Amino acid sequence: MDSLRGKVAIVGAADTPVGKLPQFSPTGLCIDAARRVMADANITKDKIDGLITCNSMAEPYMYHAEAMAEYLQIFPRYCMSVGAGGSTTFSILHHAAAAIVSGMCTTVLITMADSLRSGLTRDQAMKMQSSAGHSQFEIPFGPTVPAFYALIARAHMDKYGTTAEQFAAIAVACRKHACLNPTAEMRTPITIDDVMNSRMIADPLHLLDCSLVSDGGSAIIMTSADRVADFPHDPVYILGVGEGHGHEHISQAQSLTTSFAVESGRRAFAMAGLKPSDMDFAQLYDCFTPTVLVELEDLGFCKIGEGGAFVENGNIELGGMLPVNTHGGLLSHCHPGNPGSMFALTETVTQLRGMAGARQVKGAEVAMVHGQGGIMSSHTSVILGRERH
Amino acid sequence: MNGHMDKFLPRPTPESAPFWQGCQDHKLLLQYCTACDTHQFYPRTICATCMSDQLEWREASGRGTVESYTIVTRAVSDAYAADVPYVIALITLAEGPRMMSNVIGCDVESVKCGLAVEVVFERWSAEITMPKFRPFADQIAG
Ligand SMILES: [Zn+2]
Repeated sequence: MDSLRGKVAIVGAADTPVGKLPQFSPTGLCIDAARRVMADANITKDKIDGLITCNSMAEPYMYHAEAMAEYLQIFPRYCMSVGAGGSTTFSILHHAAAAIVSGMCTTVLITMADSLRSGLTRDQAMKMQSSAGHSQFEIPFGPTVPAFYALIARAHMDKYGTTAEQFAAIAVACRKHACLNPTAEMRTPITIDDVMNSRMIADPLHLLDCSLVSDGGSAIIMTSADRVADFPHDPVYILGVGEGHGHEHISQAQSLTTSFAVESGRRAFAMAGLKPSDMDFAQLYDCFTPTVLVELEDLGFCKIGEGGAFVENGNIELGGMLPVNTHGGLLSHCHPGNPGSMFALTETVTQLRGMAGARQVKGAEVAMVHGQGGIMSSHTSVILGRERH
Repeated sequence: MNGHMDKFLPRPTPESAPFWQGCQDHKLLLQYCTACDTHQFYPRTICATCMSDQLEWREASGRGTVESYTIVTRAVSDAYAADVPYVIALITLAEGPRMMSNVIGCDVESVKCGLAVEVVFERWSAEITMPKFRPFADQIAG
């Protein structure tokens, strides 16, 4: 297949509640997301012949997708579980699109959930905290997850003169959007001073530069473009997808300040035949504020080294040149781990359906979503649009 | 030494065992590919530049430069709490490869990108000695 452009559409999107949900197991949330998205797409479970999930940290299964199919009593002909950290959501979407276009299945349910807030034992939490680095050559020195991203932030500050206040502007923009989103966890406005005065976690990253720890689930249904008339909502088409994989461990990265989002973005834009300035908004992976700044540069929304200036003055807020993370992002909406960027995907569908209410990007036609996993390691960029071409 | 036992101790593998033995002997060893004249770190069974297996262990100068760093104020686990605040740094070695370590033996606020550092060794257990770095000072012998 030479291109996936316009051949596959998202015809269902739904989220569970998010936040602190001790009354749900991760499996319960995953199934709840599936039930909600089937209602959104107005289909019965027998119409689903493909299932993709990601494993839960709090309630892991040996073969997670099989376990979810069994729980739902569905019997797909395409069934897999994917794990690529924060890049999982869009990597899954890429695989699902390819499976549909190649005829492996016709209608795919992607459902993901986890309970990082309520469901982790102390041992599991410790394991999660220390699982991001190399077991011999990084973890023994005591890096925390924020510390890994602080290394990227500091390198960017040293190389380009980026400031901590500029990173803070990203947290402020996400919070502003969350305040317009009734489902977001954090809905009290914050200022750059609030971020700068919050507790230092790993210099230069403050508490409010760090994303949330949440429970929650989210799901979408995808099918081939020639079936979209069977579904009630306006379809959202996949216009371009690209991946880039640079390293696993940050100490092995070719560059600390420029990532393989350059490759994923270039591939996605080439497939779509579009350019960064065509995007009406973007949802960029924001586990910590510096990732957004680096992604803006690497994806071509501004020049390398100019991300700091780009995020200032409301430029990435609603009404600005490129609204980013219109739902509030991982920083202010919710972050249940690997499923986190599913909410960026369902938000994009909501925006492109024109149903985002007070936070609607006026006239939104086309957008980019980007996920990164590891420590700026694996990248997937997706371009979505209202029109097939 | 007991203070380190609950930390995340590295577990040497067949390809990394000579590196960790070097640390025990207070030598920073790097793999050197004689086929393409390149140092590499971390240890591998092949040269990641040219895929040759013509690798030998050479003692490095032990000197490098801080490429980036952070000051951790919230420890990764209780075993590291006594070290707070501690510096995690990415250090570019004089021979080329980059490695993660801690910068010790100085005020954490004095660490900057570009700081010249040299290796020091910190014994954690009977089997494991960790390579750490301190600001480089000409007058220190060795
Ligand atoms: Zn070689």
